[in-house]
Amino acid sequence: MAEVHRPAQQFTLRLRRYDPESGQAPYWDQHTIELEPHRSVLEGILQARDRVDGSIGIRCSCRQAICGSCGVRINGAPALACNTHLEAAARTGSDEVIEVEPMGNMPVLKDLIVDMDAVHWKKIRRVTPWLLAKQPVPEREYLVPRESMVDVTQTMACIQCGACVSDCLSMEVDPDFIGPAALAKAYRFVGDPRDDQQLERLNDLAQDPHGIFDCTHCFNCVDACPKDVDPMGQIMRLRRIATSDHHIVDRNNGQRHEAAFTGLVRDYGLNHEAELLSRSYGGNSWFGKFHPAAGKELLSSLPVVAKGLLRGKLDPRTAVLGHKLPKADLRSVHRIYERIEEREQRYELNLFITGYDEDLEPASPRDRSGSPDQPVAQAAAGEAAAGGPASGEADAASEGAPDLPSASAAAGASGGAASGASAGPAAEESGGAAGGGAAGSSPAHGAGGGGEQGAPSEDSSER
Amino acid sequence: MPAHDVLIIGAGLAGQRAALAAAREGATVAVMSKVHPVRSHSVAAAGGINAAISIDDDWRSHAYDTVKGSDFLGDQDAIEIMCAEAPAEVMHLEHIGVTFHRNERGELDLRAFGGASMKRTAYVADITGQAMLHVLYEQLMRRHETVDTYEEWFTTSLLQDADGICCGAVARDVRSGRIEAFTAKNVILACGGAGQAYKPTTNGLIVTGDGIALAYRIGAPLMDMEMVQYHPTCLVETGILITEGARGEGAHLLNSQGERFMQKSAPNKMELASRDVVSRAEQIEIDEGRGVGPDGNGLYLDVTVVPRKRTLEALREIVSLGKDFAGVDITREPITIRPGQHYIMGGVKTDVDGRTPIEGLYAAGEVACVSVHGGNRLGANSLLDTLIFGRRAGEHAAARAASMGMPEPDTVAALRRDSELIESIISRPREGRRVSEIKDELGELMNREAAVFRSREGLERARETVARLKEESAQAWIDDRGTVFNQDVLGAIELGYMVDCAEAIVLAALERTESRGAQFRTDFPARNDDEWLKHIDISLNGDGPRVSYSPVTITQWQPEERKY
Repeated sequence: MAEVHRPAQQFTLRLRRYDPESGQAPYWDQHTIELEPHRSVLEGILQARDRVDGSIGIRCSCRQAICGSCGVRINGAPALACNTHLEAAARTGSDEVIEVEPMGNMPVLKDLIVDMDAVHWKKIRRVTPWLLAKQPVPEREYLVPRESMVDVTQTMACIQCGACVSDCLSMEVDPDFIGPAALAKAYRFVGDPRDDQQLERLNDLAQDPHGIFDCTHCFNCVDACPKDVDPMGQIMRLRRIATSDHHIVDRNNGQRHEAAFTGLVRDYGLNHEAELLSRSYGGNSWFGKFHPAAGKELLSSLPVVAKGLLRGKLDPRTAVLGHKLPKADLRSVHRIYERIEEREQRYELNLFITGYDEDLEPASPRDRSGSPDQPVAQAAAGEAAAGGPASGEADAASEGAPDLPSASAAAGASGGAASGASAGPAAEESGGAAGGGAAGSSPAHGAGGGGEQGAPSEDSSER
Repeated sequence: MPAHDVLIIGAGLAGQRAALAAAREGATVAVMSKVHPVRSHSVAAAGGINAAISIDDDWRSHAYDTVKGSDFLGDQDAIEIMCAEAPAEVMHLEHIGVTFHRNERGELDLRAFGGASMKRTAYVADITGQAMLHVLYEQLMRRHETVDTYEEWFTTSLLQDADGICCGAVARDVRSGRIEAFTAKNVILACGGAGQAYKPTTNGLIVTGDGIALAYRIGAPLMDMEMVQYHPTCLVETGILITEGARGEGAHLLNSQGERFMQKSAPNKMELASRDVVSRAEQIEIDEGRGVGPDGNGLYLDVTVVPRKRTLEALREIVSLGKDFAGVDITREPITIRPGQHYIMGGVKTDVDGRTPIEGLYAAGEVACVSVHGGNRLGANSLLDTLIFGRRAGEHAAARAASMGMPEPDTVAALRRDSELIESIISRPREGRRVSEIKDELGELMNREAAVFRSREGLERARETVARLKEESAQAWIDDRGTVFNQDVLGAIELGYMVDCAEAIVLAALERTESRGAQFRTDFPARNDDEWLKHIDISLNGDGPRVSYSPVTITQWQPEERKY
């Protein structure tokens, strides 16, 4: 597909303006600009600034999605202005108007400029964002597995643009939540074999009530990120390493909740909601409900339970006894668990390591803006990173989660490195072989063919 | 009023490295940047950093490659220092956490790069500059109690005492509009190059020659300003850079006839000849009608010859760039590129410790000219330059600070002068031209007359036009009358900086009646060592720029014919 050259056309930009010195409320400011449709929203804003109104405030520099200055909201969704195409933005606007506002969750200083120090950078500093190097420091380089550096390059690629922070739902409700950018940054150290404090970092972030268990798993940050950092995926990896590798039981009941959920699905084949509640608070056993913490939660949930019963949303029998699966189905579930637990080591995959399948199928119809096919991540195809022991043969994929040899995992002593399959979420992905490969870090991306360069920028340009 | 041992203006790689080095020596340090440090343009550097770390390698080989790459205009003592200290610096970066890619044995992996006789470029995918800049910033965050950072402060002038010694700067807090005088025993300029004087350029919008102009205006000499590097592979419309790392991984350059035309001018190194050689070869193909694209002003970069998996692992950034900014999947089809302004080898003249001839004033990084790059810079040598000379300047400044008292410049006059300048810009009547108009004309002019191929007529035209634009920019009007985050008024001041840089570039290009490195004069196409093996220095002197010369330091390598 050759580059497309179309003539300039008009676009309507509606910018959110705010002049702190005027004493007036923010207002909308409309401009008509004229540029080729594949040019960026930033170029549109700069045209308006250069030709009409030099007081338009926006941070920008590189124009190529690497400096992280120009984070904004375009038609309600966070993105970089410089790599959002005008045409794609117009398509998501009502009446083809491109609305540009400052990012969310951060105070607005002027027009499209927000105070990142007050929120974004404060949270970054919270996670001790510098290497605490293993001693003794070698004379030359630390010898580390090849995959481990490729792995942390994913979070190193974060340009600190704030798009994920902008639309983090958890942070909206709990402004103290450490948040996606900072937690992804934390993974950059936890996953780095040269860092000395993996356990301490994980313990800190697991015990903090606004830490890794405060994420609601909503995917906003994954969609927002222009660089495929997959912040939510990194948070999930932190959880898995904390709980599975280091057996940290946090006071936020995060570990208990995950253990309860996994245990209940193993025992019943499906989740048992009533037990889930008591086990999350009281410990992962049938006796959990007698624990004072569980008792308290059960009591306070009685009004909700009562309403559910009255409205027929809860059946008293299944509420108490749980759902019953046919034996054969329950056996299938058990087989999934056995297969996963059989592996010597858990492995984590990210697409930087496994690479991509040579034979690609488009995951979605060709986009009108003329972008090429979206390749689907096919870790199951067993593409190994050049020469690396990381990935290996694909599984027959009957249960969906790919099977990689554990020998490579030996190379990654710290859980974050290289290859492994994650337990819980991978089990959830049992539907798609495509999804399986990416399960470790970005389940949604795996399924939709995202997670690689194409999709996120495609998504952002779609807004 | 802030007073520090070392004030560093610019927080890219050179500035941050200088800050860490000076702080390590116990100096009190302030780092000032008109943008948040991680927005500095070092972040866009992609391909890697050169160092002879392999046991099969020798820093002298790296040094020779650099000398040859410079077309023998580089100062060999400085080059030797840079190449000899490179391995230790790269290991230092690795120890503080840069996530360099590894080979199968877990050691630093090395890739091929332009003009290098063997693989010696350490890298982080194709985001090496970003990784290094962010890791340095991590270290600065760690030292927040000992290093003061002034983020989003715009420097308007340098302070000098009665004897002309540099002792600080005046800067405006972009957020509040407040102007402040910063006293310092030493000032290190680390503001980067002047790419925005050209259109298009690979450089970000903030690269407006601030440091070069600030030094120029207090009489520091600018050296080798005619040496402006055009990078061979930039996207045609936007000028966005496609890293040399692509060619390092094996990509080909093709003309409209599908030929690897580098065969003609560089049969050995082909696409990995030095950048000036490649850019000229490309320009010739374009000028002679073998270009591609609707206007025939581009050429093909074919990355499809690199295994797809390798591209996605080691060149993922340019995969995104191709897709987002040109609508091309580089793993499946060639992408159209052309030469674009990228780097300026010239800058504020310094010695090997970053000292300028003005006492108290240092410079490091692209703003400086030591000179290690001479007439042409090798790829992956700039990241090295910023770190080596950033460190050296920081150490030297800290040592100098230890043996002197805090200066007491007359800040009142300077504050008043700069406040009045800003007031006057804000209140300029709306007659004449807007800032952005003048900037566009300047950029197009420089890209026409001071680009890959130059001639006396073109440069004379440029000189006249720059003089006119200088007058116009002194009257250029802006819209924003406010104080909070007034980017408009800063744009007007930046325009003045760019025009000063353009003036020096054109003058130096006119002066050098020879072709060497990045300077190619169609009226003087040959290299002329007898007359021109020397640096051209431009200084402001009362009524205007003056030209002088300084010798090239030669240690081991006599000039020879430069073939790739």
